Amino acid sequence: MSDPMSQAPNFEVFSRKRASRSVTERVIELVLLLAALSSVGTTIAIMVLLISESVGFFKEVPILEFLTSKSWSPLFDNPEYGILPLVSGTLTTTLVALSVAIPMGTIAAIYLSEFAPQKVREVIKPVLELLAGIPTVVYGYFALLFVTPLLQQLYAPLGTLVNGFTEKLPAGGLSDWLYNDVPLDLGGFNMLSAGLVMGIMITPLISSISEDAMRSVPTELREGSYATGATRFQTAWKVVFPAAMSGISSSYILGISRAVGETMIVAVAAGLQPIFTFNPLNSAATITAFIVQVSLGDIPHGSLEYQTIFAAGLVLVLVTLVLNIIGYFLSKRFREEY
Amino acid sequence: MVEEVSQLNVTAVKPKAEVIDLDFYYGSTHVLKRVNLVVPDRQITALIGPSGCGKTTLLRCFNRLHDLYPDNHYNGEIVFDSAVNILSPKVDPIEVRMRIGMVFQRPNPFPKSIYENVAYGLRVQGERKTSVIDDKVERALKSAALWDEVKDRLKSPAYALSGGQQQRLCIARALATEPELILFDEPTSALDPIATSNIEELMAELKQQVTILIVTHSMQQAARLADYTAFMYLGEMVEFNRTLALFNSPLNKQTEDYVKGRFG
Ligand SMILES: Nc1ncnc2c1ncn2[C@@H]1O[C@H](COP(=O)(O)OP(=O)(O)O)[C@@H](O)[C@H]1O
Ligand SMILES: [Mg+2]
Repeated sequence: MSDPMSQAPNFEVFSRKRASRSVTERVIELVLLLAALSSVGTTIAIMVLLISESVGFFKEVPILEFLTSKSWSPLFDNPEYGILPLVSGTLTTTLVALSVAIPMGTIAAIYLSEFAPQKVREVIKPVLELLAGIPTVVYGYFALLFVTPLLQQLYAPLGTLVNGFTEKLPAGGLSDWLYNDVPLDLGGFNMLSAGLVMGIMITPLISSISEDAMRSVPTELREGSYATGATRFQTAWKVVFPAAMSGISSSYILGISRAVGETMIVAVAAGLQPIFTFNPLNSAATITAFIVQVSLGDIPHGSLEYQTIFAAGLVLVLVTLVLNIIGYFLSKRFREEY
Repeated sequence: MVEEVSQLNVTAVKPKAEVIDLDFYYGSTHVLKRVNLVVPDRQITALIGPSGCGKTTLLRCFNRLHDLYPDNHYNGEIVFDSAVNILSPKVDPIEVRMRIGMVFQRPNPFPKSIYENVAYGLRVQGERKTSVIDDKVERALKSAALWDEVKDRLKSPAYALSGGQQQRLCIARALATEPELILFDEPTSALDPIATSNIEELMAELKQQVTILIVTHSMQQAARLADYTAFMYLGEMVEFNRTLALFNSPLNKQTEDYVKGRFG
């Protein structure tokens, strides 16, 4: 009532309206706040669960061993708890996937938004969206039964060539490295195949978000570019792409999260063998693949094996978080360049 | 009172560009109807007329911006330097746009630095030498009367500039490639009066070097600024004359009604 307006009799009607409006406004604000808080709340709840279950785990396993040991065999008689092999598997498959998905998704987005005639776009867009809707287990078997044999065939000449070369080298150094890391034949389970297929799966996600971002760049910007004598490609690459950068980088960040969290493709096609390696020709297990593997077995609640799931889950969340932060800063720097 | 020359003697001016029997269609909508116009060399020519009469459409024919959209069709000629018909399908629209610049209704700087905005046209036209680009950027910013305000922050984003500064930046961007004709589509309609008068002063300066064709919704602006004025109505070129003559002694009844403020 300290509002001087509300004291003046002439303004009584207005101030009553104002009061009722401010009540509605408050209610709306509250609803919005609750909606926003619910997602924050869920995140916090997940973190609390992960951390509290992990505490039990870390009472048994020293955190230093967990973070530095290169061997992961929690289900064996003589268990070892080094998370590094799972982290390396996760990072390698993610990297392979992103090296496919980011260029392909971006190129597809530029094509669809700036080059494709209406009719072509009308065909390609739904097909891409269909691709995004295929269950990942199907992609997993596509990798295992189609892509891997194809890669094996393509790889064979290279393997033979390198192997012939290796045999002529004196033992040690380069020879050992080649012998270990460039096998004669590509194994039936490998991160390359899983990563490539994962990349194909993520491509439509990146292309569709990036395309939306590019299409919402105002026409005046494009015309401003054309008016200086720029070609269609120059306009797309030098004006539309940077103008849409914030949307495009969020599609990349989403793609990263998707790759880190992907489970079925790697579980089916990468081999479930926790080996500490960044070589995509090797088989490997990822954090998520390990989690499903354990969850599918019958492991008693509360046991140490059971708690490994949560420790691994915690690492997964942290890896995702770190990659997201890196992505965020990279895109911010890129945006600040203009 | 001095007799105004009320019928323009077209042969007396040196044309930079000549529009001949131009028809334009958006899809099947006939928007420009047999338009004829002379754009005199290194003069300011204004296009006026009520909203929707086709001024912007005519302006965008000059740099073939309409070619970007497949539903647009036109026939007729725009003869440049009394030599080439720039609307001919044999002429590359990109070549045309390199010689004819454009400034839009709302400032449309790119999401780049001030420097890169001005350098843009030079870069897309293949200029690589940093020293040449530096030089031309500076010259363009000086011609656009923006240099003193931005010389210490060439690397900062163009979006940080005020609306009037952004529009002058867009003028600098158009000037950098040294075009012979610049098209302005209501360049001050989004600006406050002070920014507007800055830009008007600037255009009056620029006509020493380049030919200017400007669309304006404001008759006062045309009267203040233009040497020649063309009045369009419903897609037709109704009257074209020296600005003073067109405003003081229009030949056509519609022109008279319009310039006296009786409609539009
Ligand atoms: N892209 C377009 N598609 C269809 N019709 C258009 C388009 N742009 C303008 N028009 C129509 O063409 C006519 C002339 O428009 P315009 O040249 O923008 O007029 P002005 O600039 O004189 O206001 C108007 O009737 C307008 O509705
Ligand atoms: Mg217009």
